[in-house]
Amino acid sequence: MEDNLPAVPGGAQRHSVTLTRPVQTLRVKMVLLGSSGVGKSSLALRFSKNELRSTSPTVGCAYLTSVVHLSDVTLRFEIWDTAGQEKYHSVTPLYYRGAHAALLVYDISKRETFIRAQLWLKELEKQYIPGSTVIWLVGNKCDLDQDRQVSVQDGLGLANERGLFFTETSALSGDQVNELLLAIAHRVYECIGVQQGGLSEWQEMPLVNVHHRHTFNPFASCCKVGP
Amino acid sequence: MERDSHQDGAVQSVDTYDPPSETILPADTLATSLSLLGNHTFPDLLEGNSVAVEKEKSADLHLSDVTPKEQGLNEEISSNQVKKLETAKTENSECQSNESSQPEDRETEDGDMDNDRSDSGEFVVTMLAKAKLEEQGIGVKGRSSPLLEAGTQESPAFMSHRDEDVTADSWRKHRKHVFVLSEAGKPIYSRYGSEEALSSTMGVMMALVSFVQSGDNIIRSVYSEEHTMVFLQKGPLVLVCVSSSRQSEQQLRGELLYVYYQIISMLTQASISRIFEHKKNYDLRRLLAGSEKILDGLLNLVDSDPSFLLAAVHCLPLASSLRDTLSQILQKAITPNLVFSILIAKNQLLTIVQEKTVIEDTRLEPADVHLLLNLIGASSAFQAGEIWTPICLPLFNPDCYFYAYISYLDPPECTVCLLLLSTDKEAFYAVAECKRKIEEAMVAQNSLSLIAKAQSYSVSQVGVSDLRHFMYKPFDVPDNYRQLTQFTSPEMEAPYSSDEEKMRLLDLYRYMHSRIHSTSRPLKLIYHVAERETLLAWVTSKFELYTCFSPLVTKACAITAITKLLRWIKKEEDRLFIRYPPKYSTTPNPSKSSRIFLNPLLTLVGLDRH
Ligand SMILES: Nc1nc2c(ncn2[C@@H]2O[C@H](COP(=O)(O)OP(=O)(O)OP(=O)(O)O)[C@@H](O)[C@H]2O)c(=O)[nH]1
Ligand SMILES: [Mg+2]
Repeated sequence: MEDNLPAVPGGAQRHSVTLTRPVQTLRVKMVLLGSSGVGKSSLALRFSKNELRSTSPTVGCAYLTSVVHLSDVTLRFEIWDTAGQEKYHSVTPLYYRGAHAALLVYDISKRETFIRAQLWLKELEKQYIPGSTVIWLVGNKCDLDQDRQVSVQDGLGLANERGLFFTETSALSGDQVNELLLAIAHRVYECIGVQQGGLSEWQEMPLVNVHHRHTFNPFASCCKVGP
Repeated sequence: MERDSHQDGAVQSVDTYDPPSETILPADTLATSLSLLGNHTFPDLLEGNSVAVEKEKSADLHLSDVTPKEQGLNEEISSNQVKKLETAKTENSECQSNESSQPEDRETEDGDMDNDRSDSGEFVVTMLAKAKLEEQGIGVKGRSSPLLEAGTQESPAFMSHRDEDVTADSWRKHRKHVFVLSEAGKPIYSRYGSEEALSSTMGVMMALVSFVQSGDNIIRSVYSEEHTMVFLQKGPLVLVCVSSSRQSEQQLRGELLYVYYQIISMLTQASISRIFEHKKNYDLRRLLAGSEKILDGLLNLVDSDPSFLLAAVHCLPLASSLRDTLSQILQKAITPNLVFSILIAKNQLLTIVQEKTVIEDTRLEPADVHLLLNLIGASSAFQAGEIWTPICLPLFNPDCYFYAYISYLDPPECTVCLLLLSTDKEAFYAVAECKRKIEEAMVAQNSLSLIAKAQSYSVSQVGVSDLRHFMYKPFDVPDNYRQLTQFTSPEMEAPYSSDEEKMRLLDLYRYMHSRIHSTSRPLKLIYHVAERETLLAWVTSKFELYTCFSPLVTKACAITAITKLLRWIKKEEDRLFIRYPPKYSTTPNPSKSSRIFLNPLLTLVGLDRH
């Protein structure tokens, strides 16, 4: 526990800078869902390293971490950046299961990605345990305003109707990206962190399989590949 | 052997004379060579007593094992006419000359592609060309229906191939086209040009396949003056290659099989069958969207990396002490259900360790390793963090997924990659923990900087002046029985520095390989005098060897050189090969638990449920 955030190789060392008083570090599982090419990996890279890099379509799922310091707690985000390609849809439940935060990402310049985000929402809601997941609708690529196919009203409307949070971001310019992560951190801590056993504490050696509270067989769904 | 007739571009007569420079060393020639050798040790030559023959088992040979069957070659040599029974093939037989040394000119006609399609053998190509013309009006309809994923328009480099005008001459002139279609004739993949634009071309291909099928036959290949068209049907998928590369049909079919396996590695055979059982005209591109790059990358590798031709893995040369250290590091960082730990540097294998009980009797096939290496090399996605993805090793089990943990150990350079394969989809955290242990140990032992120094070797190290390049693939011998099939080969250096020259040398090797592995008349030893180099290919019960010499080398010199080379390889083999791929056991009592262990592998990872 304690104050030191040990430097985890490939992990969050860059964030382990100056922390002077002992605070608890809690683990937050966050998953990014959405069509291929909407910018999930770009967002994840911003969250984790505040970098912008050209990305390839994700294979399976990429795992990254990011540490956010709130006033009285430190949250260690374990980001599961899923692949949007259809061939991976059947395995995605493996990644979003037990997530404390789910980001439904769409591309404001592509209407069909907004529709796909709603399908993901339906999928999530099937598993939804009220109060256990903060769901955030994210309209990315807001720098492409001139090609906009999804209005802010559309996004807001959907969010209000389904009780989601909503933000428009640009992973390209970095606009609203840090704000989004911070807002998620606050929400997650408020909604889940305060509950008994809502968030587990992070140790340097994470307990193996700590996340597998639900035990349905995702391979059952893995089989319904296809039309 | 149609290959040979291709070489004399203009000649169209049925009895094309073989390029005269080809020397198939018959027994007596070899004996002469041997007498020249004097007391040199050349055990395999003596033991075989003459040139012997290696028969191929099946068309899948490139991916399976070679079982050497030694036979006399005497009758084969005298049999001049070789006929193949391909459907719809323009028959070209050839004569084989035994002794002659007129240099042939293989290069001159490589470049110019004759567009005259009057020859009857061109009928398919003509049909295809017509098909293309017919669809000019269709244009390229966007892929993006709301139902379709929008993932296909990512990389600009990869767009350029997709965007190609399929009616242009430049499209037709590609050296090797590969098409994948469904049994219903739906386009799934095309190496060049978009599948939409080619949909009627593929329709024609499928019509061809079905037409032959309706006669209770299977279409295997079509030959024309300039192109070889090879068909491969695997389950509901039909793969077609149209090549002007002069490769043998078997080689091309082997390449198609790699393409098929790469698709399987992403989707599994079971799910593909299930999908098409459900819906015959399903558009598989939905599931392959975004993976075209992986298939493109595979086909580029197949053309440029002899690993595929030889069906063997090339590891990075490494001091055996360092390789052992790395293997031990991997072996110490294990967790239940972790079955393979693979370390890769510069897209080459450093070491593999494997759980003993899972694969006691199954070895990791080179093709599965090739597919993994291609997947990692073809995408920068693995530089993005720690990857956890389902992946199928088609030769290990075409219907099951492993879960692969993939992470580079040296960001941001990203040259050293760790791949951990588990049978447990839930094992991410446990496997990621293994990576941290490996990382720590490698830091402690300074392994990364040692790996960074490792590099391929120069042929000059062998110390044989006329030797320019070689490929050496040992077969199963007692101490590497049931291990990964490997080969070793030096860097391609001058005069094979440019891409064109590299490709030319590879083409010569492919040609030699096709002769060695010919189904109709396999050879054991070939001495081939080409215009700019002399090649010698030799297969014994212990190894397969391809060597390239400067053009003026004499036969005797070449044989002496090979003796030296074999000695050198023997001396260096600990460095050139992964010698004793270590196996470990995560279970205390392997003999008892192996069954218990294997069952969850099949049931957990199995996909037999609906
Ligand atoms: N203009 C603009 N482009 C962006 C933005 N975010 C990402 N991109 C670009 O969109 C493309 C796809 O981004 P990725 O982050 O790889 O998309 P993804 O959602 O991870 O895609 P998959 O991994 O296939 O599911 C890349 O070329 C990015 O550079 C953005 O905010 N604005
Ligand atoms: Mg991504």
